[in-house]
Amino acid sequence: MAFKVLIVDDSKLARMSVAKVLDKLYPDWTRIEATNAEEAIALVKQSAIDMALLDFNMPGRDGLTLGAEVRKLDPNIALAVVSANAQQEIVERAGEIGATFLAKPLTEASLGAFMAEAEDRLKAASR
Amino acid sequence: MTARAPTVLNELELDALTELVNIGVSRAAASLREMVGQQQVILSVPNVVVVSRPEAVALLARQGSARLVAVHQVFEGDITGRALLIFPETNSLELVRAVTGGDLSLEDIIELEQEALAETGNIILNGCLATIANMLKRSLKMSLPEILRGVGPEFFQLKPPPEAGDVVLFLYINFAVRGRDVRGYIAMLMDMPSLEALKILLDEFIERETGQPSTHSDEIA
Repeated sequence: MAFKVLIVDDSKLARMSVAKVLDKLYPDWTRIEATNAEEAIALVKQSAIDMALLDFNMPGRDGLTLGAEVRKLDPNIALAVVSANAQQEIVERAGEIGATFLAKPLTEASLGAFMAEAEDRLKAASR
Repeated sequence: MTARAPTVLNELELDALTELVNIGVSRAAASLREMVGQQQVILSVPNVVVVSRPEAVALLARQGSARLVAVHQVFEGDITGRALLIFPETNSLELVRAVTGGDLSLEDIIELEQEALAETGNIILNGCLATIANMLKRSLKMSLPEILRGVGPEFFQLKPPPEAGDVVLFLYINFAVRGRDVRGYIAMLMDMPSLEALKILLDEFIERETGQPSTHSDEIA
C-alpha cells in the first residue's frame, strides 16, 4: 500500500534529508512538500494525505499550531512534530494533538519507526 | 529566514547553516529550561545574514540602544569566530535569579552575577556550538566565557580586528523565558577566511544529509 506523505519545513535541507530517508525506506510512496503552515493547509485540503511531518520552529504558524489545524481537517492523518527543541511543553503539546514528537536531526531509525507505526495504524483503520 | 549572501554561500548552504543553528539553539534552549526552574524557553526562527561589519553593527543598533550584557566565547578550529549571548543589562539580575533558584538575597545575587552569567552563557553557547560541530563532524575549541558590558555595536568591534575581508556572518535568534522578564539573543560572528572554510564543511554536510552534492541541488543565491 503506497501512502502520501507531506513534509513541512521551512528549511530545504531538512526537507531533502527526510526525502532521502523516505526514498530509501519507501520508494513507492508519494511525497509532497510545503515550506510553511499555509501551504501545508492548502495541500491537506486538496489531496488525501496519509502522514505529515511538521517542523516545529517555522516562520508564521509553528508546527504545533499547524498540527492542531490539520487534525481538525482530517483526524486520521498520522502526525509527527519534528524539533531539536525537546522541551517538555512542546513534547506534551505534540501528545495533546495526537502527534509523535521526533527529535531533530532526524535519523533513519526514528523516522523509520514512526513511518512503520503509522503504516500499521493506517492499514488497520482501512480494513 | 532572511538570507543575503554576496557570492559567499549559496542558498542551500545558508539554509543548511540556518538549520544547524536552529538545531543547536533548540537543544541549548532545552538546557536553559532546566537551569531556570523548568520554565519554558521560547525561541524565534533563526536569522542568518552575511553582511559587512558596519551593516552588522547597524543591525544590532536596531535592537535598541539600551545597555547590554554579553557572554562572549571565541571558538577555534576549521572555523574561527565568536559566539555571544546578549541580553539587556536590566535583565541580567533576573536571569541570575532564575538560574540560582530565587532564594538568594539581592546582595548574594549581585555577588554571584558574573559567575552565574558566565556559566549560563557557557552552557548555552557550548551546547549550541557543540551540536553544530558534531553535525559538521569537526571539533571546535572554545575559550572560557568572558562577560562584556556596553552597547551593541561595541560587541562587533572587539579586538583583534578580522584578518581579511570585512564581511561577517551574523546570525541571531531571540529567546525569552516564560514567566520571567528574561529575554535576549544569540549571535555568532565569523569573518571571510572562516566563511570559505565553513562553505566546504557545509557542502560536505549537505552531501551527507541529502545524498547529493550541494552544487547540483540548488541554484546559486
